[in-house]
Amino acid sequence: MNLNRAALLAGVRDTVPMLVGAAPFGVIFGTLAIASGIPVWAVLALSALVFAGSSQFVAVSLIGGGAALPVIWLTTFVVNLRHALYSASLLPAVRELPARWRWLLAFWLTDETYAVVEHRLRTQGVADGGAAYWLGSSLAMYLNWQLWTVAGVLLGQSVPGLAELGLDFAMVATFAAIVAPQLRQRPVLAAALAAGSVALLARHLPYKLGLMLAALAGVLAGLLAERLAASQPRGEAA
Amino acid sequence: MTMNLLLAIAGMVVVTYGIRLSFLVFGHRLVFPPLLQRALHYVPAAVLTALIVPMALAPQGNIDLSAANAYLPGTLAAATVAFFSRQTLPAILLGFAVYGVWRWLF
Repeated sequence: MNLNRAALLAGVRDTVPMLVGAAPFGVIFGTLAIASGIPVWAVLALSALVFAGSSQFVAVSLIGGGAALPVIWLTTFVVNLRHALYSASLLPAVRELPARWRWLLAFWLTDETYAVVEHRLRTQGVADGGAAYWLGSSLAMYLNWQLWTVAGVLLGQSVPGLAELGLDFAMVATFAAIVAPQLRQRPVLAAALAAGSVALLARHLPYKLGLMLAALAGVLAGLLAERLAASQPRGEAA
Repeated sequence: MTMNLLLAIAGMVVVTYGIRLSFLVFGHRLVFPPLLQRALHYVPAAVLTALIVPMALAPQGNIDLSAANAYLPGTLAAATVAFFSRQTLPAILLGFAVYGVWRWLF
């Protein structure tokens, strides 16, 4: 298959806003990981091989807190499971692609690239360079993430004692800034309240097992709140 | 430590790549249950809040609502700014500023 260069470049171009958005997170991730005492090779390996921002952040927090391996793997699974949705949603559009392309593009499937390529693939399929467009977006996101991770690692190394400066707080602030806007939705608020309470109560459980319990409680609370909200308009009682 | 890290990362790679491959490569054999799809919607908020709350309320292990705990006002500041502005970066920076000033004051 010869590569459609114009489509590849269009994929890169349409991904530029996502690159800008991801940059600070790459820097924060690299810096935080170094400040939490994770060796450079492992920080770079996380970005290069796992390549899934939120699960990388969570993993740094778990590794720093002495979590058990199964907790780290299970959390990664839960946090990244949404990618299966993207994988499922893109499948009809890319059935004709050779398997090696699907294996390759799947590796780079992120929230951002999905957001960029989904519309084009759904409406035009892989015709007219759809695969090259997807590849362009993927490569741009990938190289961008590696670059900003390295920048963060260098920053973390050049300022020793960042942890004492309160860089561990940066992780809390980052998570809070990501979650807060979602709390406008009632069921998400319920999920957050349940997860936060369980996490607080279960914080002394070993291996960060409390996180798993809290996540489970949060998801159940969210589903329950969603069901309650759905049954309300029918107005059984006032 | 090194062995554990290697295993942690290797497992994360297998899990993450496996999820991404799932439908794109093995799609004809899989179904995605609707309940799971709805449950996924709550995962990010649940996991992130589960990480935030103990760190903000009990940074040293015990619940600490005293002025000595700068994590709490800093986290509340970041969350408030993000809630109203939906802007992540300013929220983080402002949270950090509150945290820094608080630590310097108390």
